[in-house]
Amino acid sequence: MAWTRDQMAARAAKELKDGFYVNLGIGIPTLVSNYVPENVDITLQSENGMLGVGPFPYDNEVDADIINAGKQTVTEVKGTSYFSSADSFAMIRGGHIDLSILGAMEVAENGDLANWMIPGKMVKGMGGAMDLVAGVKRVIVTMEHVSKDGASKLLDKCTLPITGKKVVDMVITEFGVFTIDKHGAPGVTLVELADGVTVDEVKAKTKAKLTIA
Amino acid sequence: MANKVYKDAKSALDGLLKDGLMLMCGGFGLVGIPDKLIQAVRDSGVKNLTCVSNNAGIDGAGLGLLLDTGQVKKMISSYVGENKTFAQLYLAGKLEIEFNPQGTLAERVRAGGAGIPAFYTKTGVGTQVAEGKETKVFDGEEYVMERGLFGDIALVKAWKGDKSGNLVFRKAARNFNPIMATAARVCVVEVEELVEVGQLDPDHIHTPAVYVQRIFCGAPYDKKIEQRTVRKA
Repeated sequence: MAWTRDQMAARAAKELKDGFYVNLGIGIPTLVSNYVPENVDITLQSENGMLGVGPFPYDNEVDADIINAGKQTVTEVKGTSYFSSADSFAMIRGGHIDLSILGAMEVAENGDLANWMIPGKMVKGMGGAMDLVAGVKRVIVTMEHVSKDGASKLLDKCTLPITGKKVVDMVITEFGVFTIDKHGAPGVTLVELADGVTVDEVKAKTKAKLTIA
Repeated sequence: MANKVYKDAKSALDGLLKDGLMLMCGGFGLVGIPDKLIQAVRDSGVKNLTCVSNNAGIDGAGLGLLLDTGQVKKMISSYVGENKTFAQLYLAGKLEIEFNPQGTLAERVRAGGAGIPAFYTKTGVGTQVAEGKETKVFDGEEYVMERGLFGDIALVKAWKGDKSGNLVFRKAARNFNPIMATAARVCVVEVEELVEVGQLDPDHIHTPAVYVQRIFCGAPYDKKIEQRTVRKA
């Protein structure tokens, strides 16, 4: 049995360390906040200009002026601060955020990431993704291992236009956990297998240079 | 002191609008967008506008109003996902779009307002965004040069303002507003509450009055929510 989306999020949450400032993308990354380990205190940053993002509000607490970067209504926590978009990205680009967890369409063995456009399809824009992957200290991708048509999303080289060059440190898929040394030799290292998944299965579905730890 | 106070959006924009202007618009999604000013720009009928704004509104709200009427020639934005009219206009070749990474967009505006014509950033290096742009290596790492942005009119929404133009923003409605306010020849601001000079705590002012040329109270506001997301009681 490969991991579910929630199991992938729970695994990503194990990478959180006490005191971390973290930016979570949309989709599986958002679920990570449900699995923050006990005794680990993290502060969520939202690139629209909020540090200290709380859970979704109860119906009677909704405030139209408090949203996250996904435009969802959220709440404050003790110690929340607000700031301009320029300050928000100074924080991101300047390396003050410890960890970014985000989704991807493709990741290459050298750490290249593609998640913002498919040529020929309507492009919605990159939002803050390029700034996050370029500036945040550590980048973890959570994604499905293969695309809907069965092609590996963990590749020797991205086929789609990239969001960042040599930016990904770790990839978590339904099959397991993979690390990339983005400053070293290209290659993906399988460091943890999901329950019931075999190494051969991972090998068959990975189109990147794969090392088994 | 010169009077900066106007009675409404239409009078605050009087004499400023013409075809082909570059408008610097505050807001993120529908939060902190200059609603009343956008409506007044729509009603004025000016065309061929370039709008610098993180998003393009949604159908029937925010900058979506100016897209519906075909008044926008070009958008400089980071994400336009929520607007169907936008997609139709773009695919029909009736609208140009220049995508900027959100942080690059914010810094281009900040720099423009601060008198800085260009800067280097690592965001976008090795991607389509860097194509055709000058790059330079600092301390062994490659950076791409981006230009500052300075427009004709800034359209800004604040929470409170005093009659001299000092501004306070509310919560996540601050977003792009303070930087847009600095990056245009004329800055026009709508506020939820307009107070007398001296009533705002000087330590709590986010945008000092020097940046603001015109201000009006746009209340009452019906704040729209794009993604109302709640948890169960």
